[in-house]
Amino acid sequence: MTIGLVIVSHSARLAEGVAELAAQMAPDVSVLPAGGTADGTLGTDYVRVRTALARAGDGGVVLLYDLGSARMVAELAVEDHEGSSDCRLVDAPLVEGSVAAAVAAQGGAGLDEVAMAARSASGGPAVGTDPPAESVDLLLHNEIGLHARPAALVARALAGLDAEVTVGLGGRRADARSVFALMGLGARDGDTVRVGATGPDAGEALRRIAELVERGFPE
Amino acid sequence: MSCATEDVVAVVRAAAVTVREHRDELVELDRRIGDGDHGENLMRGFTAVTSKLDSHVPDTPGAVLKLVATTLISTVGGASGPLFGTAFLRAGTAVGGLYRLDGAAVAAALEAASAGVIARGRADVGDKTMVDALAPAVEAARAAVGGSVAEVLAAAAEAAERGASSTVPLVARKGRASYLGERSAGHLDPGARSTALLLRCFAGSGRFADSADRG
Repeated sequence: MTIGLVIVSHSARLAEGVAELAAQMAPDVSVLPAGGTADGTLGTDYVRVRTALARAGDGGVVLLYDLGSARMVAELAVEDHEGSSDCRLVDAPLVEGSVAAAVAAQGGAGLDEVAMAARSASGGPAVGTDPPAESVDLLLHNEIGLHARPAALVARALAGLDAEVTVGLGGRRADARSVFALMGLGARDGDTVRVGATGPDAGEALRRIAELVERGFPE
Repeated sequence: MSCATEDVVAVVRAAAVTVREHRDELVELDRRIGDGDHGENLMRGFTAVTSKLDSHVPDTPGAVLKLVATTLISTVGGASGPLFGTAFLRAGTAVGGLYRLDGAAVAAALEAASAGVIARGRADVGDKTMVDALAPAVEAARAAVGGSVAEVLAAAAEAAERGASSTVPLVARKGRASYLGERSAGHLDPGARSTALLLRCFAGSGRFADSADRG
């Protein structure tokens, strides 16, 4: 049961490009382009979106779109889709949102988590400047650092916890639930990140992230 | 007089003729504040509807409306496809499996169509869109709801025409014309115009002329 993505765009080439990029970061996720019209012009094609929805997988589908009428066409296609309750139409920056959603899906996130990853891809909810209640410094010792998959694992590990969690590197802080924000830190093997948490589950949040880092972000 | 499946088919065919006759006018209106394809897109959609009806006529008025909807959605393109498609889809759902529509059913169908368009396009009255024609048409239809199909549609068409005219001085807040900002004022909105044209066509097609016979 993996979550599939459908990229709805006025341009066939744009949809294909976004799908290519997202799939590169999440090789096991089905990312289907639904761009352009049947006669090769710019526009969104209801039938193409329907077809992509039907092929996008049985674990639920997250749809992202580019402009204006693409949303309306995607909405209609979802309403007419048999599994419409397992579809999430997300208003997000198309490229960042698609990549973040794909990465979250690759990491095994559920439908709403994948949708949330896309939604928060513009940088995520503002990260407060108050110092966190608890923090810990962690040395990354996995080859790719906080790249796509490890970032998705961090975000996933926090599911269900009541805590605001941030990851800081070099004076910048990212929301630990936002895959894209984490990736944006550019934390690599050998970097020390400061993980901070505030809230009732702060301790548990730090413990889970420390364990992931310690074990080198295992599958 | 009530309205059966063949009447709905007849007015839809009449609508295709109306759209063809007004193609150039709609293109010109859309050229001023949009991308100039509204007349062409609607004509393509209604031509496709006509050819579908040539090969198959559904059982009920509601099923005809849904056939119109799915055809427009997949052939018109742009924002008009999903918007007009949603209007016919919701109208079709509103009348359910009825075999004959009376004035009240037509008013309910218009109301559902308008609500669908408003939700889909996220536009309100005054945004210079088809909603400026459709929303007053619903008000008028509701006020005429005790009347025949002909009376309900006549009231709706007249209100839609007034509503369409009211878009001229407006600054567009939704749709492609909104990119023009203040420069969109002084032009009739093509979507409001086509909506009024369709309602006038439905009202004036002569299928429901005998308003004394209510049923």
